[in-house]
Order: sequence, then C-alpha cells, then structure tokens
Amino acid sequence: MSTALLEGRGIGRRAEGGAWLLQDVSVAVAPGERVAVVGPSGAGKSLLLRSLAGLDPVQAGEILWHGRAVASEGMPGFRAHAIYLHQRAVVFEGSVEDNLRLPFTLTVHAGRTWDRDRAEGRLESLGRGPDFLDKPARDLSGGEAQIVAFLRAIQLDPEALLLDEPTAALDENAVRSIERLVGAWHAEVSDRALVWVGHDREQARRMADREIRLRAGRRVA
Amino acid sequence: MSSAYIDLSFSQVALAAALILVNAAISMGLSLGMERRLLVAATRTVVQLALIGLVLDWVFAVRSPWIVVSLMAVMALVAGVAAVRRTDRRYRGIWLNSVGSIFASSWLVTGVALVAIVRVRPWYDPQYAIPLLGMVLGNTLNGISLGLDRLTEELSARRDRVDALLALGATRWEAAQEPVRRSVRTGMIPIINSMMIVGIVSIPGMMTGQLLAGVDPLNAVEYQIVIMFLIASATALGTVGVVLLGYRRLFSPSHQFLHQEIRQRA
Repeated sequence: MSTALLEGRGIGRRAEGGAWLLQDVSVAVAPGERVAVVGPSGAGKSLLLRSLAGLDPVQAGEILWHGRAVASEGMPGFRAHAIYLHQRAVVFEGSVEDNLRLPFTLTVHAGRTWDRDRAEGRLESLGRGPDFLDKPARDLSGGEAQIVAFLRAIQLDPEALLLDEPTAALDENAVRSIERLVGAWHAEVSDRALVWVGHDREQARRMADREIRLRAGRRVA
Repeated sequence: MSSAYIDLSFSQVALAAALILVNAAISMGLSLGMERRLLVAATRTVVQLALIGLVLDWVFAVRSPWIVVSLMAVMALVAGVAAVRRTDRRYRGIWLNSVGSIFASSWLVTGVALVAIVRVRPWYDPQYAIPLLGMVLGNTLNGISLGLDRLTEELSARRDRVDALLALGATRWEAAQEPVRRSVRTGMIPIINSMMIVGIVSIPGMMTGQLLAGVDPLNAVEYQIVIMFLIASATALGTVGVVLLGYRRLFSPSHQFLHQEIRQRA
C-alpha cells in the first residue's frame, strides 16, 4: 500500500473525567481520496476531525502527514496544507476581501500574495460579481459566510480539506454551491484529499468515495 | 520633619469613631436596616488597622531583614491571591501565574527603588520597604486582575476566530496576539489614567499623608512622582507577565488552543 497522505493512528481522546470519547480510531486517507466520516451525533465525528487537524490534544495515538508524524513545531505548516473548516463558518471583522487576504498575513504563508483575479474568477463561477469582495463580513448570510470561509481555505491550495458538516444549517442553494466548490477543488489537482464529516448519508455518498463509521467513539466500519 | 505634626491621643480617635453615629442615625431615620453592617464595618476598621499597626510597630522596632522580607513575601502572596479572586473565569495554574507575576514585578521594581533610586540604607529599612512595596502591590494587583479577566474573556468570546486562525496555519502567537494585546492594554489603562489626572483631580494618599506629617510640599511631590513611575512600571511588568503566562498555559506547544481549560466561576 502506498503512503497515506493523512493518517490518524490509534487516536484516543479522553474527557476530563476520564471516559474515552474516542478510542483507538485509525483512519488513513490516500492522495486523491474522498472519505466521509459518518455516525450518529455524539459518536465522535467532529472530535476525530479536529484531532486529525491537530487542533485538539490527543491522549493516545498520532497523526501522520505524508507518512511522517507531525511534530509540535511543524503544526502550523501541516495545518496550512490540511485545512480544517468549522461547521459554523468563522468570518473576521472587515470585508470579504479582508477575510480572503487574512491568511497571507501569517508567517506560514509568507512569500505568497493574494490573487484578486483568481478570487473574482471563483466568485464568478458562483454567480457573484466582484462587488461581493467589498461586502462587510457582518452582513453575510450563513451560506455566504461558509462560501467565504471555503474560498479563504482553497485559495491556499491545500492538499487536504477537513470539512466538519459544512452544509449543516444552510439553505438548499448554499448547500449546492458548497458541494460544487468542494467538487471543483478536488477535481482541479489529482491528488487532493477530502475528509467530510456529516450525518446526511445521501450527501456523504455524493461527496465521498468511501465512508468510515463511528459509534460511541469507536470505529465500527 | 517639622514640629507641626500633631500626635493623636486615644480620646481624639474615639471622638472620630463617634462619627459613625451619623451613619447610624441616617440608617435608622430612613429605615435602611444597615445598623448591623455598620457596626461590623466599624469594628473591622478598628481591629484590622490596630492589628496592622501592632505588626508594623514590631517590624519597625526589630528591623531584621528576615522579618521585613517575610512580611514583604506575605504581602505579595496576599496580593497575588486577591488578584485572582476578582476574576470571573479561571484556569488551572492561574493562582501560580498571578502570584508569580506579582512577586517578580513588585519585588524587582521595589528593589530598584530601595537600592538605586531612594538609596535607603540598609535597603530593608521597613520605614521605606514596606510602604513602597504596599503601594506598588495595590496597583499591580489591579493591573493583573484586569489583564487576566480580559484575557480569559477575550479568548472565550473569540474562541472560534482563534481556532480558525490556527486551522489556517497560524502559530499560537499569531492566533493569540490580538487578545493578548487587548489584555495588556486593559491592565495598563487605570494607571495611565491616574497619571493623567494626578495632582489635578486627585491628591494621592501618600502625598496627603506626607503633607499631614509635615513634609514640605515640594518634597512630598518628589516622592509622589517617584511612586507614580514605580507603580506604572510594576503594573506594566506584572500585567505583561501574567498575560504571557496565561497565554502559555492556554496554548499548547503544538499550537492548540486549550479552550476547555477556561472555566467560568460558579
């Protein structure tokens, strides 16, 4: 078997009281693969995804990126290539453009600059004009905010995206836009990988090639 | 010191204490029901001040460096604990952070003042060491509690944004610097404000005390200027220290925001 792009080995997460919230969960995502994580709510799907992104400390197991364990100091570099997106989109003060420019102020993306033409091109494919860039972030609808958060991530050309129920609580139109954006991003370069967390089985089948199932903190399939 | 200073006799103090009857009369006249609390407050004022008077009397008489340093340690410890008691949100280690920063900042600044600025001989002379440290502590405590409160509040309120920055590849410092800056600023505002108005709107307690004790006004002003700068630097150091310690406690070396560590006080 070729080296997985992103791998979680024996991941364990423990609650303060000592109970295991995730126990010995392993998952390997190959380059180009689209994996859905499914299971009832409370099964630990989001916890697993956050653990894979290195955003929460794990009490057991390790995360491997291109076959190598991610070291503490390498975490920002890893996260720049494997971007996690929150269920509820996070937008910052300022305009849509300010939000899109934000990542380029970080050390890890130093040397790269924001590409307005590219951003406008992506917006056009969603049927939005360049004036959308000037829209204040606080006036964005939930769907628009999720689109902005998504564009903010994919403009960095990540090799993997970790999406935590990105279309939950969005209207049908927004759901379609997000699904289309995810599909286009994945198809653009052949070895991009996707981990999709969701509880809509139908959608999971649409968005992923295979699924792994969690129940009560353990992988059952 | 001039001879204009009037030493109060016991009867004079008792006469002042009798003024509490004004409060009692108002409370009874308006049925405020505060008589009991007034009695407790009045008693506490007398007992607490009498106790500290006895302690200081002894410390001033003995003039042992060990005793002075011990008292200074207790004062810093109490201030560090008091700073945390004023906060709404806590995390494990907050007490140590607070006591550590207040100790380091107040001792450093007071030490510089005793040895290099006022040049007290011996350096531990309680007449200088104790009041200087006390004034520095009273203000640093304020800065530390405001800084801590703001840090945990900012990080709780901006949790999603901090997390989103980390997810985009921000280092823990990049993700936290905005809340950290705001917290340090908040901790330093009160002292800057009081520096703005000192002498115009307020005559500080120490200067008032020196004037009452018969010190020449220009002399008292010199001391007050020294004190203001001591307080300002100790507050800045203490606030920066505690906010940075808090930041290190709430962000792991793996650039993770440990938001579950912040707990709202019950």
